[in-house]
Amino acid sequence: MLSVRNLEVRYGDLIGVADVSLEVPQGGMVALLGSNGAGKTTTLNAIAGLIPASSGRIDFEGEPIAGRPAYAIVRKGLALSPEGWRLFTQQSVESNLRLGATPLADKSRLPDLLAHVYEIFPRLAERRRQRAGTMSGGERQMLAVGRALMSDPRLLMLDEPSLGLAPAIVESMYETFGRLHKAGLTILLAEQSVELALEFADHAYVLQVGRSVLSGPAAELADNAEVQRVYMGLG
Amino acid sequence: MTATLLQVIAGGLLLGALYALFASGLTLIWGMMNVVNFAHGDFVMLAMYTSFVVWKTLGLGPAASVPIAALVLATVGIVAYFALVRHVMRAPMIAQILATFGLALFLRYGVFWYFGANFLSLPDNLVGGTYDIWGIRLPAARLLAGAVALLVTAGLHLLLTRTMLGSRMLAVAEDEAAAQLMGIRPHRMQAVAWGLAAGAAGIAGALISTFFYISPTVGETLAIVAFVTVSLGGFGSVPGALVAGLLIGVIESLSAYWIGAVYKDIVTYSLFVAVLWLRPQGLMGKA
Ligand SMILES: Nc1ncnc2c1ncn2[C@@H]1O[C@H](COP(=O)(O)OP(=O)(O)O)[C@@H](O)[C@H]1O
Ligand SMILES: [Mg+2]
Repeated sequence: MLSVRNLEVRYGDLIGVADVSLEVPQGGMVALLGSNGAGKTTTLNAIAGLIPASSGRIDFEGEPIAGRPAYAIVRKGLALSPEGWRLFTQQSVESNLRLGATPLADKSRLPDLLAHVYEIFPRLAERRRQRAGTMSGGERQMLAVGRALMSDPRLLMLDEPSLGLAPAIVESMYETFGRLHKAGLTILLAEQSVELALEFADHAYVLQVGRSVLSGPAAELADNAEVQRVYMGLG
Repeated sequence: MTATLLQVIAGGLLLGALYALFASGLTLIWGMMNVVNFAHGDFVMLAMYTSFVVWKTLGLGPAASVPIAALVLATVGIVAYFALVRHVMRAPMIAQILATFGLALFLRYGVFWYFGANFLSLPDNLVGGTYDIWGIRLPAARLLAGAVALLVTAGLHLLLTRTMLGSRMLAVAEDEAAAQLMGIRPHRMQAVAWGLAAGAAGIAGALISTFFYISPTVGETLAIVAFVTVSLGGFGSVPGALVAGLLIGVIESLSAYWIGAVYKDIVTYSLFVAVLWLRPQGLMGKA
């Protein structure tokens, strides 16, 4: 469904990612692992069209999307919940969700999608009139995911959905992702919490200083001695 | 309070509503993309000439000139955005200043070349009569201008805060990249902002022309008032522009009445400096 080949992204003279390749099959839940600065955000942002790739290929459903603007890519069914949430803090929760529905070709679907997101995150329904900037971290994370879901994507990318959240909230957030995945949504998620991501994902890639160095089924990686030593603090 | 004083205050409020209207265009552009439009006063000037042409060729008053000027100026604003502003938006501040200032000079001297330097004015009786409300006498032209200005400013605020288009514009204003992730094209929203801002200036100009002289340099005077209004109200805030506009209108009228018309500007600017000193973010701007 999504295929990234030999992606390189530069920030001026600095290199964001040097050589990343990955595949996300239809219906998969793929994790992009790596420590801080490994290049996870850069990879997701390049796929979403927020930053240009300096070389490499990005194909979504067989179509090259590298170099397309972000607003065109989300219209193809590829949504990103970005690092740091990037909510419209001055606007209400519901306005944020409605903005997320901008890419819909058929606007009459908006009420159903809104009801669907409120069903997934009842907390957002309670806070619908509240300004996004006044919410707690967990609620902001819900809103960022809900907003991305409003475009009814076929592939959802999540950038570190556990960052800065209490463990209990993270756990329930991941259970929600698991349910969305079971309901048929394809997910690509970047995570530093390797153990957690490997528990939910079915396939994973490990990034190290801008390169994809290791990949495999999540269960295999979880048993990999190297992964255990470097990322899980075991062994 | 004497009837005269009330009349001065009412006159100030009506004038202030006009200040609020054209300042809200300036504040919208700033809020959307941190660009100061030095041609804003000349947009108002161009609208005044549009109104003059509408009267001269069609013999019509504000009922025709206001919508026509709004459309003409909205078009000018959108063209200016695509032809000029878009290309200097990410450039250093000085390039932005030169670009919009260049546009101001282009409009000013274009009008000067075509219409000459003579002061023009519309006939006094175009919007004739004077209204007497509880002993306060107000010329119909100013009453109409103030009321329409107030409505349009309120409409602009409602458009921004209550409609999907407004929500998208505010999204681009707050975080352009995040707005793109929503499928929003920032350039479109910014072009709409320029259309709305210039259209608002167009309405203001057509209204002002019913009671004020028209000249190629009139925009300069008006632009200064707009800058003071925007700084006082807080950059990017339409409600702030409304409150500040009304305040400046009343202060100007009162100081003209008490101290003399020549000194009214000094009073306004002293107040302006005092507010900036105490509250640099303006009355309603965010710190
Ligand atoms: N805006 C930027 N400008 C310059 N360098 C950046 C920028 N963003 C990230 N980088 C660099 O790119 C590399 C990858 O960063 P990032 O993609 O944020 O990693 P991760 O999301 O895995 O923590 C790091 O070396 C980081 O310093
Ligand atoms: Mg990151």
